[in-house]
Amino acid sequence: MSKPKLKDYEHLLRVALVFAIGAIVFVLVRAVLVPRSFGEYGHYRGNAIAEIAAKTPVFAGHQVCETCHTDVATMKNAGKHVTVNCEACHGALANHADDPVTIQPPKLDTAILCVHCHEVNGARPADFPQIVAEEHSAGLPCETCHQPHSPLPVIGAGGKP
Amino acid sequence: MKITRRQLLILLPAAAVAWESVLAGTPEASPNYALTEHWWGMLVDISKCIGCGNCVRACATENDVPEGYFRTWVERYHVNDTDLFDPVVDSPNGGKDGFPPILDRGGRNFFVPKMCNHCADSPCTQVCPVGATFITPDGVVLVDKTYCVGCRYCIQACPYGCRFLNPKTHTAEKCTLCYHRITKGLTTACCEACPTGARQLADLKNPNDPIHAFLKTHTVQVLKPYMATGAKLFYNDLDGSVR
Repeated sequence: MSKPKLKDYEHLLRVALVFAIGAIVFVLVRAVLVPRSFGEYGHYRGNAIAEIAAKTPVFAGHQVCETCHTDVATMKNAGKHVTVNCEACHGALANHADDPVTIQPPKLDTAILCVHCHEVNGARPADFPQIVAEEHSAGLPCETCHQPHSPLPVIGAGGKP
Repeated sequence: MKITRRQLLILLPAAAVAWESVLAGTPEASPNYALTEHWWGMLVDISKCIGCGNCVRACATENDVPEGYFRTWVERYHVNDTDLFDPVVDSPNGGKDGFPPILDRGGRNFFVPKMCNHCADSPCTQVCPVGATFITPDGVVLVDKTYCVGCRYCIQACPYGCRFLNPKTHTAEKCTLCYHRITKGLTTACCEACPTGARQLADLKNPNDPIHAFLKTHTVQVLKPYMATGAKLFYNDLDGSVR
């Protein structure tokens, strides 16, 4: 006995069934693969914002420094270096702020540090104080005459303020 | 282990809840920070920049920028009196080690710090084929490292040359405007380290931000305004020769 012949519309039903299964599989796989937060704010993964924001800062910020070092902050803010934040010279110290006892910042070498800003350079603003280090101090470290937190007025050569 | 039908029916909802939390991903990192209440930009005052390189070093420290690559850098311009629009520009190691002194060549000499302009209509986010780079609702252009496929389209698209391919991760990298800092109420590492206040982080949606008082009395400019990128890196005292 031969198989019964399919009617025309039954062919269409089978094709439709294949498409339906394909569509269901697509929707299910997509739901698993695309992160839930994709499209939350735009065509990107919304959780990426929080992930990038979760990184730990390395620079503590001068507000944190000034909670303990009030004397230095007072002196600095009254002097010429008022715009210079602590970590501009002392380097990134969030780890010191988290653990002030065991982690101590390294001692700075003013002979290297100060010339970063104050060595003469024709492209610097003309009203910015600049020196030729070799001629200016005869090899003496800057803090011999200048208190770094309040560099003016100049203190007695070799002495402390 | 044998599971009865009753146990399975109890376990299924629990598994569904667990799966849901896996799909939802990480929770908000800064719960007190409202994305819609800020619109970040930066102000660079060229008349205050002394080319010390502090910003470049601070950025590298804060963000683990690989040696030889820069999220921010400083250029030195020399503009000759007779040829105003053909400046001589140098930027040895991005200005990270400072600049060698220049002999007086006449003309005008000045420093221009550069970084991502955090454009409101950024070309880099428009070309990304996988949705890995985007502008946040508070106006910062970021890269989702887990989505970036390293195709470099964004690097070519940026008119300011602010992107690079990280040689280790092989993903696009750029200035995040220290997003991990500004969402915690801190300023960026470059602004924190700038000794003269030549760089100022600016929240344009905050009416108390000093930027608003500054804009009332100064004429600021952005780089390549004709490209209509909506750049938010505002320069004060910008010379017409700067590209």
